[in-house]
Amino acid sequence: MAPDAPAKKSFVARLKRGLFMTHTELIARVGDAIRSKVAPDPRALDALEEALLTADVGPATAAELVAAVREELGRREVSEADSVRRVLKGEIERRLSLPAPPAAAPPPGMPRVVLMVGVNGTGKTTTAAKLAARAIGSGQVALLAAADTFRAAAIEQLEVWAGRLGVPVVKHRPGADPAAVVHDACSAAKARRADVLYVDTAGRLHTKHNLMEELAKIRRVAAREVPGAPHEVLLVLDAVTGMNGLAQAREFLKSAGVTGLVLTKMDGTAKGGVILAIVRELKLPVRYVGVGETAEDLLDFDPKAFADALLDD
Amino acid sequence: MFDSLSERLQRVFKELRGEGHLTEFHVDQALKEIRVALLEADVHVDVVKSFTQAVRERAVGHEVLTSLSPAQQVLKIVQDELVRILGGQATPLSLKKRPAVILLVGLQGSGKTTSAAKLALHLKTTLRKQVLLVPADVHRPAATEQLRTLAKENGLFCFDPKGEPDAVVRAKAAVKEAKLFGYDVAILDTAGRLHVDEVLMEEVARIREATEPEEILFVADAMTGQDAVRSAGAFGARLPLTGVILTKMDGDARGGAALSLATVARRPLKFAGVGEKVKEFEVFHPDRAASRILGMGDVLSLVEKVQAETDEKAALRTVERLRRNEFTLDDLRDQFRQLKKLGSLSSLVGHLPKVGPFKQLRNLDIPDDATKRFEAMIDSMTAEEREDPRVLDGSRKRRVASGSGTSVPELNQLLKQYLEMKKLMKGAARMRF
Ligand SMILES: Nc1nc2c(ncn2[C@@H]2O[C@H](COP(=O)(O)OP(=O)(O)OP(=O)(O)O)[C@@H](O)[C@H]2O)c(=O)[nH]1
Ligand SMILES: [Mg+2]
Repeated sequence: MAPDAPAKKSFVARLKRGLFMTHTELIARVGDAIRSKVAPDPRALDALEEALLTADVGPATAAELVAAVREELGRREVSEADSVRRVLKGEIERRLSLPAPPAAAPPPGMPRVVLMVGVNGTGKTTTAAKLAARAIGSGQVALLAAADTFRAAAIEQLEVWAGRLGVPVVKHRPGADPAAVVHDACSAAKARRADVLYVDTAGRLHTKHNLMEELAKIRRVAAREVPGAPHEVLLVLDAVTGMNGLAQAREFLKSAGVTGLVLTKMDGTAKGGVILAIVRELKLPVRYVGVGETAEDLLDFDPKAFADALLDD
Repeated sequence: MFDSLSERLQRVFKELRGEGHLTEFHVDQALKEIRVALLEADVHVDVVKSFTQAVRERAVGHEVLTSLSPAQQVLKIVQDELVRILGGQATPLSLKKRPAVILLVGLQGSGKTTSAAKLALHLKTTLRKQVLLVPADVHRPAATEQLRTLAKENGLFCFDPKGEPDAVVRAKAAVKEAKLFGYDVAILDTAGRLHVDEVLMEEVARIREATEPEEILFVADAMTGQDAVRSAGAFGARLPLTGVILTKMDGDARGGAALSLATVARRPLKFAGVGEKVKEFEVFHPDRAASRILGMGDVLSLVEKVQAETDEKAALRTVERLRRNEFTLDDLRDQFRQLKKLGSLSSLVGHLPKVGPFKQLRNLDIPDDATKRFEAMIDSMTAEEREDPRVLDGSRKRRVASGSGTSVPELNQLLKQYLEMKKLMKGAARMRF
């Protein structure tokens, strides 16, 4: 890199210091402050808020969480060093622990239809493959549908996965009507007596009305073929997403009837804190977490583990 | 719904009238609002801090210009500062060598492959460069196939790696071929990777050593949150980045990551991806991005888009008719036809600021296929009815509905929206951008 002016350097140094001050350190400072007095030092609470903001929790939710911690701490004597963390983690965990609604089940002998939706590049195709791998791992008969007929080589991408896993894939030509793919995939799933059908759809921005309409059409076609389908609609959200994640969830819920979330790329440094805002407003459960690029890299969502990771570096 | 930043600032400055300078107290109040706006826009916390500090230094004691309200003045300082950081000393791409190698790097799913094709088309059409696209992603299934397809569909050249499994070997061979065949530019599409993945970071560092790129562009998603600082910082520590491409700017993300990226990478944002099609790519406009981060909409882009693609005569006619308050259903049909050329109506509405007269227009939310039905209904009317829809009584309405294969309630909705639109457009015609 070109040498920088000294003024810039000091700014970057400041920035770096902020960055490399870990959440753990920040929150330890809160702990220190609180241990010395009973009422938490407002500056220490600022540090807490910052740690939350860095995790993409967003200003509104961060302020709420800080208020909740303050209130909780005001109620009792604080002695242990890590109690601030514990209170905060407990609060985050509580907020993310939704009573899971019973997943809609297909009639006996019919396949469960699961639709993968989301904006471009979040990990829909990879997650569909991971889920199929899980299903066959537990002895189920799974099928994949290549309903992304739009993106270049999207069908080939799913086919590579299908080949690796030994799962059949239903596909049409590039540019074909995705609803027609879903129609055929549902028939094939019924004919093969598959337990579950994972439908990979094209990435689309939630602001594009006509593309969102296409998802509604896919739903209608699936429902005609298999009663109650789609039984699950998973919104795949990239953990690096900031506040826009909430707008995505709102729109996909409205147009595609999302029933749950998958948070991908949690193997990086992003924390995925926006799910707190999504769960709060839309009451959508987080079902899975993606932690890598191989078929096994999918975990069940665990609110406690998530809360821990959110605050730990 | 949140108030717009300018509304909130106006409230802060309500009592300021008459004072000659921006006081410390008022500036700090304003900065509180600006801080929240930036955080909502996904600007990194530390970047927000340093940014507001810089604004504070510039704003306190600043003379209040008579032509601007204090709120406008602070906004202007904020906007100027944003533009300064976002634009940097924006330089055109350096393409001196032959071939000039451009390396695209970034996280998984950020849009590298599409951006590679977009950049190639851009260089081909604007600078008449012969460009070779190089698929150097050996990890994601069908990544090579994706780039090859995009190249074929857009009349671009793509290197054939012949199944070579090593990204470094591929990249090297491609640059050699580019030299041999006299390409001006070789664009390397690399695999998405996490900055914490030591093995893959090492791979991209070796690709760089082997190909000596003149430009190394970090490709980032406009929807990225706080992590932008970490990932770009880590990529920048490993590779001498020369700029940033911000993708998926056609959505409604406020794009605060742009500010984080420009601050951390200390490199200008060069291009923006604004759609899934390969031609939907433009030079990055710091001023528009700044308005967008502040939640003030992307009016300029919209105006430009409208100007570029609407039939000017028709547009002028409409404006004239609007001015005379003679906007009829004929004109509305004209508008629908124009809108079709502009791409989907909903994406267009996304360009509008969420304030002022456009607030209601956003809420109109006309589905794109509804415009087709609307057109059909208007087509089924007589000239008299189109000129003055008030003559549409019950039996005429039934005729129009059955003639267009629609229903009377739908027709009523069209008429209602027509009236609303007429009202709004009258407001918009008076507005100046
Ligand atoms: N590190 C990591 N990478 C992931 C994860 N999930 C997906 N990816 C990668 O992210 C990139 C995009 O994943 P895709 O599955 O193609 O995403 P998509 O949503 O189907 O993308 P489009 O169909 O283009 O919208 C690929 O390189 C994947 O390998 C994850 O949990 N961790
Ligand atoms: Mg996909």
